[in-house]
Amino acid sequence: MTLIINGQQRNFETQLTIHQLLNKLELTADRVVVELNREILTVEAHDTLLKDGDTLEVIQFVGGG
Amino acid sequence: MDKLVIAGREFDSRLMVGTGKFASNQAMLAAMEHSGCEIVTVALRRVDIDNPEDSLLSQIDPNRYLLLPNTSGARDAEEAIRLARLARAAGCEPWVKLEVTPDPYYLLPDPVETLKAAEILVKEGFIVLPYMPADPVLARHLEEAGTATVMPLGAPIGTNRGIRTRDLISIIIEQASIPVVVDAGLGAPSHAAEAMEMGADAVLVNTALADTPDPGAMGRAFKKGVEAGREAYLAGLGPQRDKAEASSPLTGFLRD
Repeated sequence: MTLIINGQQRNFETQLTIHQLLNKLELTADRVVVELNREILTVEAHDTLLKDGDTLEVIQFVGGG
Repeated sequence: MDKLVIAGREFDSRLMVGTGKFASNQAMLAAMEHSGCEIVTVALRRVDIDNPEDSLLSQIDPNRYLLLPNTSGARDAEEAIRLARLARAAGCEPWVKLEVTPDPYYLLPDPVETLKAAEILVKEGFIVLPYMPADPVLARHLEEAGTATVMPLGAPIGTNRGIRTRDLISIIIEQASIPVVVDAGLGAPSHAAEAMEMGADAVLVNTALADTPDPGAMGRAFKKGVEAGREAYLAGLGPQRDKAEASSPLTGFLRD
């Protein structure tokens, strides 16, 4: 399965849910926001199974003025 | 001293702090702590999935500080709205510092796109604090659109040049019914004091606190500057005059 995450193409051996993907990337679910194919997801939607070609943005808070 | 009220919520501090550009988390937290601030701005960016950093959220106590996500990076209303919605999805209270700055050289806020985004975000239930040029007409439009404050710039972001837009900010302060927060360009506590003496309701400072070897001390200094300015404003500042008016008596001189 090929995903585009934050503009980068990544390949995965198995199908993953968003929750599983975040675990794999070592990210804490309640500290990031996920957008799937331009749709903003709530934490409840992290059970969604990802499919080949899905585009994700994984966003976090950083310092800013 | 009197409380700052934004969108029905009360604050003791009239100094808001930006969390960008600090040399370290410790520096950022020292500035926040010593400034006495209650509102801090943060930005939203892509996680570096090859090298994810510890989230800023783990550093900032949400019980102590109100997180104000900004839409920095937005070049138009659509990008700003997307960022605001992302911040809201993170579980934040729906407060947003609306920032639409298409030109990277001066980072001036786009008035047209800012108003467009403000109207939409207010309708979606956001509490909108818009960063704006020091334009009194635009301030009136934003207030009519239902923003919680207006945030006119003193000088371009990060320039430390002080209040270069003084006359226009004065007009905004005179005409606005919502709080006026002077944001950007405040490089010294005296600039912050000046804004408060003019009657601004609050100020937002970032670069001046980050760009110093001692952010904690600078935070303290700005806290004092803001308090001094507000106290002077409430006490009532005397007018400026053209000619001298003696401070000592004009009679009883030691001469005939």
